[in-house]
Amino acid sequence: MGLNGSLRTIRACVATLAIGAALPLHAAEFKFAGPLDAYTLDPHAVSNTLVFAVLHNVYESLVQRSPDLALEGVLATEWNQVDDLTWEFKLRPNVKFSNGNVFNADDVVFSFDRAKKGGVSSHLSDVARIEKVDDLTVRLISNKPSPILPNQLVNWMMADQEWASENGAEAPGQADNSAEGFANRNAMGTGPYVIASRDPGVRTDFKANPNWWGEIKGNVDSATFFVIANPSTRVSALMSGEVQMIDGVPPQDTQRIEQTDGLKIAAKPDLRTVYLQPDVARDELIHGSAKGNPFKDPKVREAMDLVIDREAIQKRIMRGYSTPVGLPIAKEVEGSSDELNTPTKPDIERAKALMEEAGYGDGFEVTLDCTNDRFINDEATCLAIGSFLSQINIKVTPRVQPTARWAQQINPPGYNTSLTLLSYSPYSYDAHQFLTALATTRNPDSGLGAFNIGGYSNPELDRLTVEIGTESDQEKRRALLNEALTILKNDHSFIPIHQLQILWALKEGVEVVQLADLAYPLAWFKVPE
Amino acid sequence: MILHFVERVLQTILVLLVISFVAFMLISTLGDPLGVLLPPDATIAERNALIARLNLDQPLLQRFWSFVMGILQGDFGLSYRTQQDVGAMIAERLPATVELAFVSLLITIVLAIPAGILCGVKPKTLVSRAIMLVSIAGITLPNFVIGILLIAVFSVHLGWFPSFGRGTVVELGNWTTGLLTVSGWQAIILPAFTLASFQMTFVIRMLRTQLMEVGHSEHIRFARARGLSETRVWFVYAIRNALLPTVTMLGLQLGNIIAFSVVTESVFAWPGLGSLFLQSVQSADIPVIAIYLIFVGAVYMLINLAVELSYPLIDPRLKRRSA
Repeated sequence: MGLNGSLRTIRACVATLAIGAALPLHAAEFKFAGPLDAYTLDPHAVSNTLVFAVLHNVYESLVQRSPDLALEGVLATEWNQVDDLTWEFKLRPNVKFSNGNVFNADDVVFSFDRAKKGGVSSHLSDVARIEKVDDLTVRLISNKPSPILPNQLVNWMMADQEWASENGAEAPGQADNSAEGFANRNAMGTGPYVIASRDPGVRTDFKANPNWWGEIKGNVDSATFFVIANPSTRVSALMSGEVQMIDGVPPQDTQRIEQTDGLKIAAKPDLRTVYLQPDVARDELIHGSAKGNPFKDPKVREAMDLVIDREAIQKRIMRGYSTPVGLPIAKEVEGSSDELNTPTKPDIERAKALMEEAGYGDGFEVTLDCTNDRFINDEATCLAIGSFLSQINIKVTPRVQPTARWAQQINPPGYNTSLTLLSYSPYSYDAHQFLTALATTRNPDSGLGAFNIGGYSNPELDRLTVEIGTESDQEKRRALLNEALTILKNDHSFIPIHQLQILWALKEGVEVVQLADLAYPLAWFKVPE
Repeated sequence: MILHFVERVLQTILVLLVISFVAFMLISTLGDPLGVLLPPDATIAERNALIARLNLDQPLLQRFWSFVMGILQGDFGLSYRTQQDVGAMIAERLPATVELAFVSLLITIVLAIPAGILCGVKPKTLVSRAIMLVSIAGITLPNFVIGILLIAVFSVHLGWFPSFGRGTVVELGNWTTGLLTVSGWQAIILPAFTLASFQMTFVIRMLRTQLMEVGHSEHIRFARARGLSETRVWFVYAIRNALLPTVTMLGLQLGNIIAFSVVTESVFAWPGLGSLFLQSVQSADIPVIAIYLIFVGAVYMLINLAVELSYPLIDPRLKRRSA
């Protein structure tokens, strides 16, 4: 290094010092790989876990979930309910986007309008409009009383109005746009990192944002995310040291990884919960052969619940990396209780007796619709469920398809299934989201319950769901949720299987924080230097 | 001659149109793109609005017509999944696949042709028998197994080559190349070898059979009778005859290599067309799948056309017949 070079280094050091606390004290590089890439960098175009997982490093929301799952302020410092319909948010002062533009209420109003035009609009469906009070205060006005509104905003990210209008990115990308949106490939947020470069579907490079208002708690100052679709290549890349962390570890490889020196597994419950839903709406089975529709009989559904050995599935198929559940929602979700969410103990004798009582002692035939690429070991889980159900003479023919085909078949308006394996993850961490989206009686006019695939309907539960939606007293609300979920559980129209886990493999010495929404919070990661 | 040319070109255009239609029909049964595009709790109204925006409610033939018209005007549509221009996505991924195909062809030529000659000229030696035995693996083992084996040995165990990716690439205008960097060459060797494994077996066996056949033909026996040296007989007379069909086949196989690369690319996370195709299939990204299928079909057809058009130049008898 010549004199010039040394001078440059010194200047670089001075510059680093001047920027101050935003950068981690000890800089380190981090490489990691996952099976799929974020489809787009646009924060408002699609509501997709992967997109949020990557973008939360670059964009920030008003509020977020901390590692202990509590709601904490990010770009909002405090929030409170002014009246039944109005929530007021105080914005964090002195926040800048990574291009130096100041973040203020105008950006929030802009991001609201922008998000309303994109795929994330469902996250804001309860909010009718937004009002700017002053530069650092906004009010969200909802259609109806909405006591848990802030919980729904964790994936509503703030974009820079000036940046968007300079680059013609005022509207989020749409599938039918005649031109590609600028924000699709470029990002401008207030978050801890900026995207230094990106090759969609291949790699994404992150660099620490020197203008970040917060403090990077870990030591990662640059990171690269690789997309490696093939699971065994992903494991190989970790073993050969090309990456320090991989997402989506196949459970069958966990043992091998744990026995390898210098590697370890990191697992944490995911909010996504897997459950069976039979068609209880039609009078006949459309895929199967039986006298009438046996699933209409609660005894048959209870028998099915009794015969599935969730612990065996956990042990044999998931290699321990799942949590058996007694409700179709995760244990961390508001509304779940230990009492309700304890998995049903298998009792074959009782199940057989119930089938006999229902007049189906000789069983019936049904097709079970499953996916093979949606979540870990979905196909194996599907086959196992089939063999458990055969114990009470329900002859199950599994129909295993890629998600794209399966979704086309079972989704509205066709609901073309008699029994299917589904999964759901409420981003609001609240069971009410499950009740409104999946368990409410279908109503084609209002669109309510559109994704209630089995056509379950219980007027009492519908009434409770509406009541929970407007109840702002937390104690009363919790009691109502408990009441509603008890009804849901006893109706057995959703037969819970298990809660999935986030399964990562790491190099020894790498410390990560795993959030239940599958994000990669790089600012909290520590890697050996 | 001109008639021959026009006839071939018209045939190619017709076949391309048929390919486009088949691709279009295939994808209309592939799955539901709406499942990817819509949030899981979207309402029926949101769903119907999207169906109308994507023109999914129009008759099939009308959709096909606007699809073909768009392609002819250079409008390949937007990907449902990434909302990028499909033409640009294909152009971005094309260099990786072309370089992979090129290097695997190079490996085939450098390794398989000498091996094939050896097996044909001296079929009874130990080395020849060993080559024939090992080459069975190239046919019997599926591509992804070979790839995973190579990764296990050369990446995980020996640490010589990376297990995934393309290394450092250099941009040359619209083209990105990994062939100008050390890491690029390190990255391409395993996938190119995997992709070449089938071709190599193919070439070795074809050359061997050809040589053994030519070795018994009259002009070779005549050359021997004239008292020419064995080296001269093989290398001047026999191999030249045996090599011609092999090289023609290799040229035609280039299209195959591009199509076969789907599996290899997925194993090595090679950022080429094959990976793009798989990612698109997973999410029923119809515009990308359609354009990919048509593109691969077009590559096949163009190579075929070039070969057919060059026949009259190689073989003057064809020229006379068509004239």
